Amino acid sequence: MLGLNAKDARLYIIVLVMLIFAPFFLNPFPETSGLAQFNAGYPDMMQRLVIFGLFAVGFNILFGLTGYLSFGHAAFLGVGSYAGVWMFKLLTMNVLPALIVSTIAAGLFSLLIGYISLRRSGIYFSILTLAFAQMCYSLAYSVLTPITGGETGLQLALDDPRIIGTQQTAEGNIPVPHLFGLPMNSNTTLDLGAWSFTFSVGYYFAAVIFALAFYFTIRLFRSPFGLMLRAVKSNQSRMSYTGLNARPYTLAAFVISGMFAGLAGGLMVSMDPLAGAERMLWTASGEVVLMTILGGVGTLIGPILGAGVITYLEAIVSTINSTILHEWFSGLPDGLENFMVNILYPFVGKGWHLTLGLVFMTVVIFLPGGIVEGGRRIYGLFSRKRRQSDATPPNAAAQPGPGE
Amino acid sequence: MESIILQLLNGLDKGSAYALIALGLTLIFGTLGVVNFAHGALFMMGAFIAVTLNMLFGISFEVEDPTRTDFLGNVMMVDTPYVVYWFGEGVGNWLIDWSVPISVVVAIPVMALIGIAMERGLIRFFYKRPHADQILVTFGLAIVLQEIIKAFYGANPIPTPAPEAFVGSFDVGQLLGFDPFAVMYPYWRLVYFFFAALIIGLVFAFLQFTTFGMVVRAGMADRETVGLLGIDIDKRFVTMFAIAAIVAGLAGVMYTPILSPNYHIGMDFLVLSFVVVVVGGMGSLPGAVAAGFLLGILQSFASMSWIIELIPGINQVVIYLVAIVILLTRPRGLMGRKGVMEE
Repeated sequence: MLGLNAKDARLYIIVLVMLIFAPFFLNPFPETSGLAQFNAGYPDMMQRLVIFGLFAVGFNILFGLTGYLSFGHAAFLGVGSYAGVWMFKLLTMNVLPALIVSTIAAGLFSLLIGYISLRRSGIYFSILTLAFAQMCYSLAYSVLTPITGGETGLQLALDDPRIIGTQQTAEGNIPVPHLFGLPMNSNTTLDLGAWSFTFSVGYYFAAVIFALAFYFTIRLFRSPFGLMLRAVKSNQSRMSYTGLNARPYTLAAFVISGMFAGLAGGLMVSMDPLAGAERMLWTASGEVVLMTILGGVGTLIGPILGAGVITYLEAIVSTINSTILHEWFSGLPDGLENFMVNILYPFVGKGWHLTLGLVFMTVVIFLPGGIVEGGRRIYGLFSRKRRQSDATPPNAAAQPGPGE
Repeated sequence: MESIILQLLNGLDKGSAYALIALGLTLIFGTLGVVNFAHGALFMMGAFIAVTLNMLFGISFEVEDPTRTDFLGNVMMVDTPYVVYWFGEGVGNWLIDWSVPISVVVAIPVMALIGIAMERGLIRFFYKRPHADQILVTFGLAIVLQEIIKAFYGANPIPTPAPEAFVGSFDVGQLLGFDPFAVMYPYWRLVYFFFAALIIGLVFAFLQFTTFGMVVRAGMADRETVGLLGIDIDKRFVTMFAIAAIVAGLAGVMYTPILSPNYHIGMDFLVLSFVVVVVGGMGSLPGAVAAGFLLGILQSFASMSWIIELIPGINQVVIYLVAIVILLTRPRGLMGRKGVMEE
């Protein structure tokens, strides 16, 4: 199907089904039940899931395939969001030009940074990208304030030109981002008994973009070009001994993943037209690394899982407070209840980053392959295929590329 | 001329902090071959040792002061720190006033323990893993340490004053023959610079003039051969990790009066210190120290007003720019050794 082999097609269809029916199965608990706080089927959450999924999938093209660990990828996301907001300000509130321009802007920017950073590898590369990203952050925060809005961030204003779009709505408000008149923030709610499902235009638009990008990623993974990138990761010296120059391949991978990040940034401002410098901070770059590692580096589905788990947990864990904890353990004797609450309290609510750090360390230490490897191990236990079959990822060895 | 000297001096204290952290990073990298992203967290923990001690000394209880009464005629209650109650007026107040320098003494064993626990508990399992894994696990550790400190001390910076004796500024200008008050430099920053110089000197002397240091240097140059000679290099390396932790911790302790520490102070310094290490040359101790001071001074020169007017924003990015230029022209850094991280 669509040039995918059976296994990839199955994966792609699963992802598509997940995307289409996400509003249903992210809302498994009835509105009235106490478990409703675990629902993630509201538009804002689902948009974040898809956007960070896109960001992580793009990051994985660089880190997963070539092994180059960039610690400054958030800079491209930031450039993408700034470019997107500028399109809203200058041209039109239609999201398509904004997305195209943010992707191109991030692509050009990553071409520049990649050209310089990729002259070095390993830890040097990580530090160079980190330095570039920090530089962008500092500049966006201070000198470039006319372009970036500085501390307050870049916002839309009533008197923005918006040459080909409407400058103001009839009520005199700032117009919302839309796709040919379909506003991104509109949604319909479907009530089914105790359940209530929300279908948001913004989410489905982001999901379509994601589906296209993911299809591109699968094709890239299975292409001769993808194989070249893997060759860079496994043994760069051997690759150069065979007469191949690794630099163009890594640069292309860097630019592609930068464009993914820019697209994610553009989508982010399409949902909420506000761009701030803190999106470029190096902790933001760290977060996408965490997502990719947690899911499984170098796998197709891994970054999506990682982004999903982290975004979901962040939203859920950081809202739990001590009242909710007390509710959970109210069945226990008082002493035990307080004990449990006191133990768990530092890890929830504001302590979310502590949980994140611990989970991340655990994954890196015990499960370097992330969730995907965990799944494979469990699968291996049940099907008793503990021989080498686990070691080689399925489909890794597609047709060897023509020497190029 | 005055302003140049002033900027030079201003650069020294920041440069000292960079140099100390970069020294520890390079020690760990050179000996253990581990890229430690949690090193900034060690700096931060040092700073919080000073904060803790300052708070501990400040714990007080209320006593009646018979000599004073409030406006209702009742005997006034006065907060008296326990240390004053226990050791008397003089010693007690001296302890509170000198809490930061005293923290240095406390920090040495504490940081050594933290360092050893970190190395034995986590880092040693990562010697044979790829650098990316080391970066990631220490990055995770840094987040965890940071969040623990945040849970205990909150997110706001906690001011920790220097001893009374060092408040005020030293008129460096007069010493050099300029007009009085032309070049003023706070005493504590001067103290910080000399302290950093002392620590750096001690570490170098330790590596240069002791047998232990000789073995470590040999291990940095060629780990395998040292192992073949029957020396258990791992044991020495634990000590080096502890020393690196102490150096970072002390840098943090002494920096608290200059910049009130909050939980992410370590991360802020770490990013710059990595840049310093790279500019100095991975694995080169003199390079790390030299680059630390160089970049600190460069940064303070770039903050001069006429330079900012000339190139806006240069003070924010000068360090990164220098790093990029150095890495592209001298890939091994200023004093990098051949064969370190060349793969």
